[in-house]
Amino acid sequence: MLKTSELQARDALSRSTVGAGDYYIARLKAGRTVRILDLEGNQAADTLFFDANDPSERYSAIDTIREQGNLYLTTGSTLLSQTGNALLEIVADTCGRHDTIGGACATESNTVRYDLEKRHMHACRDSWMLAVAENPEYGIAKRDIGHNINFFMNVPVTEEGGLTFEDGISAPGKYVELRACTDVLVLVSNCPQLNNPCNGYNPTPIEILTWK
Amino acid sequence: MQTCSYTTELPGAAHWSLTMRRGTEMRLTDLHGGANVGMLFYNPHNLLERYNAPDTLKCQHTFKLTRGNCLYSDMGRIFCSIVADDLGWHESVCGNMNAEQVASRWGERNYQQDRNEWHQNGHDAFLVELAKYGLGKADLAANVNWFSKVGADADGNLSLHAGHSQAGNSVSLRFEMETLVLLHTCPHPLSQAETYPAKPIKIELGLAEPVADDDYCKNFRPENQRGFQNNALYHLGL
Repeated sequence: MLKTSELQARDALSRSTVGAGDYYIARLKAGRTVRILDLEGNQAADTLFFDANDPSERYSAIDTIREQGNLYLTTGSTLLSQTGNALLEIVADTCGRHDTIGGACATESNTVRYDLEKRHMHACRDSWMLAVAENPEYGIAKRDIGHNINFFMNVPVTEEGGLTFEDGISAPGKYVELRACTDVLVLVSNCPQLNNPCNGYNPTPIEILTWK
Repeated sequence: MQTCSYTTELPGAAHWSLTMRRGTEMRLTDLHGGANVGMLFYNPHNLLERYNAPDTLKCQHTFKLTRGNCLYSDMGRIFCSIVADDLGWHESVCGNMNAEQVASRWGERNYQQDRNEWHQNGHDAFLVELAKYGLGKADLAANVNWFSKVGADADGNLSLHAGHSQAGNSVSLRFEMETLVLLHTCPHPLSQAETYPAKPIKIELGLAEPVADDDYCKNFRPENQRGFQNNALYHLGL
């Protein structure tokens, strides 16, 4: 469901521009709001959330989509952990649909999806690996890196059971906004994928804003 | 299957784990109809390498799993190939039901009163098996639910197709690398059965037919040929 936000960028607690191929990691206190903003359009923000007080408790795609009975995320979706706890709620969305099943690009999966020679191209999971290596204070490691959300991505499933990556449904200035139900860690890999129409073969920066 | 060396039955509400070697096959058969088998896969030599449902689905451009599909790890390798399948659709996005959900749907039954007729749930069943290998809830991943068909409409609404699997339906997995397999026979999380569906399955294990150049799974998609090449690199020198 499309819904715009009342929050103003000038009132934000923090503003971070994240280049394609970079990561963002930060704590977000319970009750605070984070906005992921697609600056130039057609970008994919590969995102993971963790309970900041127990990072083994993390966003679970399968629990989230099963409990809401729907594959896609938008305003009103509650993001659940693998034990069913609410981590965040989507409170505004000007894009209308976000992907839960496409996962992240990885050097290893790129060899399968595109070509064995694509192994050396930068990929989202490598950004997460660097994030966990550079930020040991958050207590997350490779075992915690699971099945993510792709904000702004469109991965339609057909009634016959097909699955396709389509051109992004986002545009410059579109955003999604989430309110934390508990203290959470936000980990975003801003996708560097050059082989996929999801970001128009031209990965671009995003901005991440937070409010009290 | 070239030769079947071992046969066992798992009642409903059970769980198990075992390591399958490269070149072996596992055939699962729904004995009464309406079975569900939750399954997870890990590399026993590096438990951080595990089944990755998003990679598996997107690289084969599919939402369902059936004959020809390969099940991928997060390292671009193939744990197993689906070499035979009576059903045409198994799902990998709905996960498991937990204890509270089972109790609210079918009533609470505990071991103290009900012994092995209790209502075990898939979430706890996986946690039990994971713990045997030093793993825990952080290692839970999206699992396969064999014998269960979940479709999505144009708006993404999910529904479980009742009556999808009949008595005698089977699916066969050929293992392409050594794989730790965790499985349970707890109900599918979207099951609307009136009573707790304690559905038994048969498991047959044995040696698979060798993978020939014209293998159906290997040639099912160009992606799978590359997956097999990744496995060949992994096995180089073995």
